[in-house]
Amino acid sequence: MEFILAILIGIFYASGLYMMLRRSLVKLIIGLILIGNGANLLIFLLGRITKGLPPIIPGESPVFLKAYADPIPQALILTAIVISFGLQSFAIVLVKRAYSVVKTDDLDQMNSTDQFS
Amino acid sequence: MLAAILLGFLFSGLLVFTGKFLKGRWAVLSASIPFVLFVYFAQFIGRVSSGEIISQHIVWVPSMGIDLRFVLDGISLIFSLMITGIGFLVFLYTSAYLKNHEYLDRFYGYLGIFMGAMLGIVLSDNVLSLFIFWELTSISSFFLIGFKNKEESSRKSAVLALAITGFGGLFLLAGALILGSVAGTFTISEMLSSKELIANSPHYIIIVAFIFIAAFTKSAQFPFHFWLPGAMKAPTPVSTYLHSATMVKAGVYLLLRFTPVLGSTEFWNSTLIIVGSITMLYAAMHTLFRTDLKGILAYSTISALGILVFLIGLGTKEALLAACVFILVHALYKATLFLVTGIIDHETGSRDITMLSGLRKVLFPVAIAGFLAAISFAGIPPSFGFLGKELIYESTLHYGNSAILITALAIITNILLLYSGFLVGIKPFTGKLPERFSKVHMPSFLMWIPPLILAILCILFGIFPSIIQESLIQPAVTSLGENGGEVHLKLWHGFNTILALSAITIGIGVLLYFLIKPNKKVETAIKKLEFISPKTMTEKFGNGFYYFSTLWTNYFQNGYLRHYVSTIILFLVGVMGYTLLNNTRYRLVYSSFTALTIYEVITFVIMIAGILYTVFTKSRLAAVAALGIVGLTISLIFVYYSAPDLAMTQFSIDTLTVILFVLVLYRLPKYLNLSDIKTRIKDGVLSIAFGGLISILALEVLAEPQGSEISEFYAENAYLLAKGKNVVNVILVDFRGIDTFMEITVLTIAAIGVFALLKLRMTAKERITTGIKK
Repeated sequence: MEFILAILIGIFYASGLYMMLRRSLVKLIIGLILIGNGANLLIFLLGRITKGLPPIIPGESPVFLKAYADPIPQALILTAIVISFGLQSFAIVLVKRAYSVVKTDDLDQMNSTDQFS
Repeated sequence: MLAAILLGFLFSGLLVFTGKFLKGRWAVLSASIPFVLFVYFAQFIGRVSSGEIISQHIVWVPSMGIDLRFVLDGISLIFSLMITGIGFLVFLYTSAYLKNHEYLDRFYGYLGIFMGAMLGIVLSDNVLSLFIFWELTSISSFFLIGFKNKEESSRKSAVLALAITGFGGLFLLAGALILGSVAGTFTISEMLSSKELIANSPHYIIIVAFIFIAAFTKSAQFPFHFWLPGAMKAPTPVSTYLHSATMVKAGVYLLLRFTPVLGSTEFWNSTLIIVGSITMLYAAMHTLFRTDLKGILAYSTISALGILVFLIGLGTKEALLAACVFILVHALYKATLFLVTGIIDHETGSRDITMLSGLRKVLFPVAIAGFLAAISFAGIPPSFGFLGKELIYESTLHYGNSAILITALAIITNILLLYSGFLVGIKPFTGKLPERFSKVHMPSFLMWIPPLILAILCILFGIFPSIIQESLIQPAVTSLGENGGEVHLKLWHGFNTILALSAITIGIGVLLYFLIKPNKKVETAIKKLEFISPKTMTEKFGNGFYYFSTLWTNYFQNGYLRHYVSTIILFLVGVMGYTLLNNTRYRLVYSSFTALTIYEVITFVIMIAGILYTVFTKSRLAAVAALGIVGLTISLIFVYYSAPDLAMTQFSIDTLTVILFVLVLYRLPKYLNLSDIKTRIKDGVLSIAFGGLISILALEVLAEPQGSEISEFYAENAYLLAKGKNVVNVILVDFRGIDTFMEITVLTIAAIGVFALLKLRMTAKERITTGIKK
C-alpha cells in the first residue's frame, strides 16, 4: 500500500511539474494545485499511515487506550490545504484580471518586466 | 583624537543643512575646520618630540577585538599635520577656485569626509579600524575624482580609481585578518612584541603580499599606477590634496607603519626595492612625453611614490630618514605646483605646456611660487628638496653590494624629475608672453597665497632644517623602530661624493631641459603603445567581464517562468539524484506495509485516470472537472487512513476551488496549446525524472525508523491539558493556536486581494500610464 502511494505521489509531482512548464497561465495554476496535492500526500505518507484509528480519544477515557494515527502530519496538512486554497483563489482571480487587461493567457507574452537589456 | 577625526564627518553632515549658506560668500569659512585641526595637532609637537606617545582607547566591538584605538606618534604626527595643513590651504583655495559653483557645498562635504578618513588612517592603531578608514578614503575620493560628473571621462576615471583602490582594500582586509589571527591581536602597537612569531609563521609571505597589494594600489605603484593619471580629471584642488599629501601617501604610510612589524626580511626588502625602482623609473620616463601640466605632475607623483617605496625597501635607518624627509619635501613642492597649475588653468584656460610661456608678466607672485617649488623639486640648494635628495643618495650609497646600481637608478630618476619640475614650475613663466594671454589677470588672493606659503616653506625648511629636525623628523624615525643615534639635517655636508652626485644630477637635468622640447608628436606616438598598458588591459578585462555577466544574466534571467522552474528542477534532480544513486539501498520492507483492499485499488485507478485526463485534455472545463475528481479521491484516501478531519477539509475546499475555477475562467479564451512536440517530450522527461525522484525519496524515508515523541506528547496531553478529545483539532486551536491565528490572517489578506482584484476598475488615464491598450 505504501509503495503504491509513493508511486502515486511521484505521479502527482511529475504531472504538476509538467503542467507548470506549459505556457498557459491556467495550466500553471493547475500544475500548482497538483503539486500541492502531491506534497500533502507526501507529508501524510511520511507520517506513516494507519488504518481505522483516527487520533480521537475514545469515550470517557482521558487518554488513548490503543494505537492511533499520528496527529501532527494531519494538523500540518489541514493548515496546508486551507492555505493553498487562499493561494489558488488569489491566483485564479489574478489570471482573470491579467487576461482582461493584456488579452492573453500566454506566459511568453508577459515577460517584459523581467528582461534585462 | 576621536573628536578630531569625527569633526570632518560632522562638518560634512552639517553641510546637508547649511550647504546653501556656505555656497555663497561664506565658503571661505569652511577652511576653519582644517585650521582648527591643524592647531590641535600642532600643540602635540612638543610632547611627541620629547618621546611621548599619545594614545586614546575606546572599546567599540569587544567581541570581535575591534577597539577604537588611536595613537599619535612621530610618523602619525607628520601625516596629520600634512593632512590638516595642506587641507587648510586647499579649502581656502577651493573657495576661490570653485567660486559660485553649483555644487560647492557637495565638494566641501566630500573633502570633509575624505580629510576625516585620512586622519583616521594615520591615527588608527587597530588594523580593522584602519581598514574601515582606508575604504572611506577610497569611497570619498571616488566622489572627488568624479566631481565633474557630467563628463564621461571624469566618471570613467572615478570608477577606475575606485575599482583599483577598492580591489587593494579587499586585500588589506584579508591581510589584516590573517595578520591578526597570527599575532593574536589586532592592535598594531601590540604586534611589535610578536614580530618573531609573525616572521616565522607560514602565513608570513601571504600577509606581506596582501599588504603590498593594498599599498601598491593606493600608492599607484607599477602595475597599478594607471588610475592616478586618470584621476587628474578631478578639479585641481582635489588633485592637489589627493596626490601631494594624502590619498596616495596612504599606501606609503601603511608600509611605514608596518615596517617595524613585518619589515627587515628578504621578501619585504627586495620586493619593495624592485617595485619601487621600476615605478620611479617608468613614471619618470613618462614625464618626458607629456604636454599636459597635470599629466606631467601625475607621472612625477607616481615617480616620487616609487622613490618612497624604494627607500622603505632599503630599510636602513638612513633610508627611513630619507623617506620621512622626502614625504614632506614632496608634499610641499607637489602641492605648490598643483595649485600653480590650477591658477594657470583657471586664468588662461589652458594646461598645454607647448602653448604656455611668459606668464610671469601677468602672474608674478604665482611665478615666484612656481619657481621656488621647481627649485625644491629639482633638488637645487638651498631648497628643502636638495636636502631630501642628499639623504636619498646617502642611503643608496651606503647600501651594501649593489650600492652603485641603485644609486645609478636614483640618479636617473632624479634627473628626469628635475626636468619635469622645471617644465611645470618654470617653463610656463619664462619666454615671451603670447598675445592671447596678455589680458590674463591675477586671481583672488585666496588662490595665490596658499601656493606661495607652501613654496616659501620649501626653501625655509632647506635653509633652517633645525626647525623640523627635532620636532618632526626625529620622532618620526624613532616611531619606525630606529632608536639609535640622533638625526642631523643640514644643508652643507662639505665636498664629498654625494655633493658630486648632486652636481651631476643638476647639470644633466638642466641640460635636458634646454635640449628636449615637449611636443605633441611624441605624446601621440606613445599613445599608440597604450594597447599593451596595464590600464588598457584592466579596461578590457572590465568590459569583458561586463559582457560576460550580461550574457550570463540574460541566459538565466530571461523572463520565462518555465525556464526558471526547469533550471531549478534540473539542478535539484541532478544533485539529489546523484546522492540517492550513491547512497540508496533500495530496501522495501513489504511486511511493514499495510494491506491493500479493493476500495483502495479502485480509488487509485480513478485518481490516476483523473490526473492523466487533467494533463492531456484539450478542454479547460474538462481539466477543471478532472481536477475536482482527483481532489475527491484524495479525500477518500484520507478517510481510509484515519484522517476524518482532513477528508472533510479536502472535500469542502476542493468543491470550492472547482466552483471558483469554473465561475472565473468561464470567459477565458480557448485552452492554449502552444508548445511543440519537442518541448513537450523534453518537459515530460524532466517531469518523470522529478516524480521518480520524489517516489524514491518517499520510499527511502519510509525505510527509516520514525521518532514520535512530539506526537505522543500531544496525544497524551490533549485531554489532560487542553480538554479536547480530537487531537488534530486540539493541536490546531490550542497547542498551536497562534499559528492558526496567523493562517486566518493570511487567508483574510488573500480574500481582500481577491475582492480588490475583482472590483478594480481602471480609468482611461491609468490604462495609458501603465502602458495598457484597451
